[in-house]
Amino acid sequence: MIANAIRQSARAGRRLLSIRLTYKTQRYLFIYLMLALPLLYFIGTRLVPIVYSFNISVREWDVLSPDKPYVGLANFKDLFADEVFRKSIGNTFLFVAVGVPGQLAAGLAVALLLQSVTRFRGFFRTVYFIPYVTSIVAVSWVFRWLLMPNGWVNAALLKLGLDAQLFLQSPHQAPYVIALSMIWQSVGFQMLIFITGLQGIPSVYYEAAHIDGAGPWRRFRHITIPLLNPVILFSAVIAGISYLQAFAQIVSMTQDGGPLNSTRTLVFHIYKLAFKSFEMGSASAATVVLFVLILAFTLLQLKVLNRKVEY
Amino acid sequence: MTTYSRNAKALSILTLAFVLLLAACGGGKQADGPASPSPGSGSSSSASSSPKSEQEKVTIEYWQYEYPAKVALIDELIKQFQEQNPNIVVKQTNFPYDQYNEKVATLVPAGKGPDVINLYYGWLPQYVASGFLQPLPESAFPAASIESDYYPLVSAAKIDGRYWAIPTAVRTLALFYNKDLFAKANITEPPATWEELVEAAIKLTEKDANGQFVVEGLAWEPGAQLHHWYRDGLLHQAGGEDLSEDRRRILWADSPAGLEAFQYLLDFAIKYKVGTTGVFTDDATAFKTGHAAMNIDGSFRLGSLKTDAPDLNYGIAPLPSYKSKSTPSSFWANAIPANVSGAKLEAATKFLQFLTSKEVQEQWVEKVGEFPAQKAVASQDKYLHDEKLGPFIAQLENSKAHFFIDEANERTLFVDATNEVLLNNVPVEKAFRSLVDKTQKLYDEYWAKADQK
Repeated sequence: MIANAIRQSARAGRRLLSIRLTYKTQRYLFIYLMLALPLLYFIGTRLVPIVYSFNISVREWDVLSPDKPYVGLANFKDLFADEVFRKSIGNTFLFVAVGVPGQLAAGLAVALLLQSVTRFRGFFRTVYFIPYVTSIVAVSWVFRWLLMPNGWVNAALLKLGLDAQLFLQSPHQAPYVIALSMIWQSVGFQMLIFITGLQGIPSVYYEAAHIDGAGPWRRFRHITIPLLNPVILFSAVIAGISYLQAFAQIVSMTQDGGPLNSTRTLVFHIYKLAFKSFEMGSASAATVVLFVLILAFTLLQLKVLNRKVEY
Repeated sequence: MTTYSRNAKALSILTLAFVLLLAACGGGKQADGPASPSPGSGSSSSASSSPKSEQEKVTIEYWQYEYPAKVALIDELIKQFQEQNPNIVVKQTNFPYDQYNEKVATLVPAGKGPDVINLYYGWLPQYVASGFLQPLPESAFPAASIESDYYPLVSAAKIDGRYWAIPTAVRTLALFYNKDLFAKANITEPPATWEELVEAAIKLTEKDANGQFVVEGLAWEPGAQLHHWYRDGLLHQAGGEDLSEDRRRILWADSPAGLEAFQYLLDFAIKYKVGTTGVFTDDATAFKTGHAAMNIDGSFRLGSLKTDAPDLNYGIAPLPSYKSKSTPSSFWANAIPANVSGAKLEAATKFLQFLTSKEVQEQWVEKVGEFPAQKAVASQDKYLHDEKLGPFIAQLENSKAHFFIDEANERTLFVDATNEVLLNNVPVEKAFRSLVDKTQKLYDEYWAKADQK
């Protein structure tokens, strides 16, 4: 398909050439052609499957059988009638609600702290970034080990005179434990983005504000936050998507999204439907729901967070 | 900063967000590319190279999950088989266990299917309902001889009156016990009855000053093997029944035995407190590291205990019994997909006959540690007198293999019911009723779909 497209565009190019093109036009043609190549790849590996999954979402398909009868919106109806699916949507929102603000706040805090020190800055930056490049599965198992009922964390709590906690074994604590582990793991990434953003704010603003008598809080509130807005938006979108898609942590840290489905997210539910129960139709329908959610969520973020700031 | 550059920035962020959004949606559905499939190119190439040999060479593909001992043995067996059948070439393809169904789900629709496939018996109903398999050829595998030669648990592969798969080997559960911890607690014999199991578990349990487990008397992980223990062990031992004859109705709640068995299982965690979920992450790890004195686990664990904990001084005992004996068992079975026909079907049948032969079943015990599915082969003295294998094999006569219509979901429902009691203080009886109802609903949905077809 790609080869064909190249051949076609080459032919088109030659035809255009015959009408005598200026050097400039030729150059642009070449640049756009090069830019279009990844686009073709993108269409083939992303867009086509998405459209295909929309198609499957209105069919009944158990993967192995050759026919896929059309069932209209039955898959969606079944999904929303299923309390486990509704719970998985609720869980997903909980992850976003806890995780995104938590991740942004933690990342910004670390970035601000690092901004105000000069010594060991590189060292701390590296330390905070390490979790981000560590394998999720490895991290998850370490957490599991630390948090098990007779684990180190509980031993420490008991030593401090507190009660031992169930953590991952409790339906009330497990989702927060997982959200926290995700925050911990991505602090480094957010920190890096925020540091870059902070460095882009000209120091003259701060100096001017300082002379006008603005304290640290007002400088932060009225200079740092507004000027960081594009960065915050970017971070929020990235974090939002990562929480909407939470999966690997759940597979590694919980037993089947448990206990009592408290950590079953939408993506995990899709995975179970598609590859454990072979219900591709329902799984695709759930994928469409996820698509709509991410779209709505991102548009909302763009609308709410994307404000122009002029000084 | 100029407005222009800020606009450009916003635009690029927007684009990025869109790209990520699309990527996000792709992520859920996406599956890895084929591992190393060598699609059935054999048929076309063999047709063109036929003039040389008198008979055409047939290539068939065998799929099984990645279990090093099994993969190595099948490689060896393929060599033996090809010597006996010079006109057949067998290719083996493997996928990791976790991704097995996933790979089947992605490769089969793409037309890259196997000619003989190894499946967990609990998946068979779904595969059969999907129309993916064909019944075993009656001429090569007569139902009557399967029923007389094989252990009764193999009947789980009988659907609609026909056999759809046949195992080489089977596994059972048994009681793993730590001999050192038993000696420390002055217990000489492994427990043989329900009561003795409770007594021993209480004696063996060791907690620190804060009430945290140091040693679990009996490892307690419903999501691991205990749900099997309930369905195919405790339930029958208490005098209950699993499924109706036509496999449409769950009979757990039809007699008091079902609840009695469920209560017995839960009491270890809620009444006697000799073990609970998540201690040392899971039951197998707890037992391996000497932090669980007893565990109910399968014969398939022998191999990993040998490599991971070579110094662990443990023994194997048959599962404790109550009113009768009953032991959960399971198997991986070989089946032939529906689209295999002609010369390939013939070759696949031959290969299947070879895989179920006495010689292969014996090699299977030695190399893999799973025991023969045929009574005559398994009940040889050399196996029965083996210290580790013996207790597993001795239980085969009383073994049951629950007919799963959806293994993953049935397990989840069971684990949820135990968690309702454990974490939400739901009364045992209420959790049990809801478990039976929800499982029944799963069966109703399966049969409603099956009846449509």
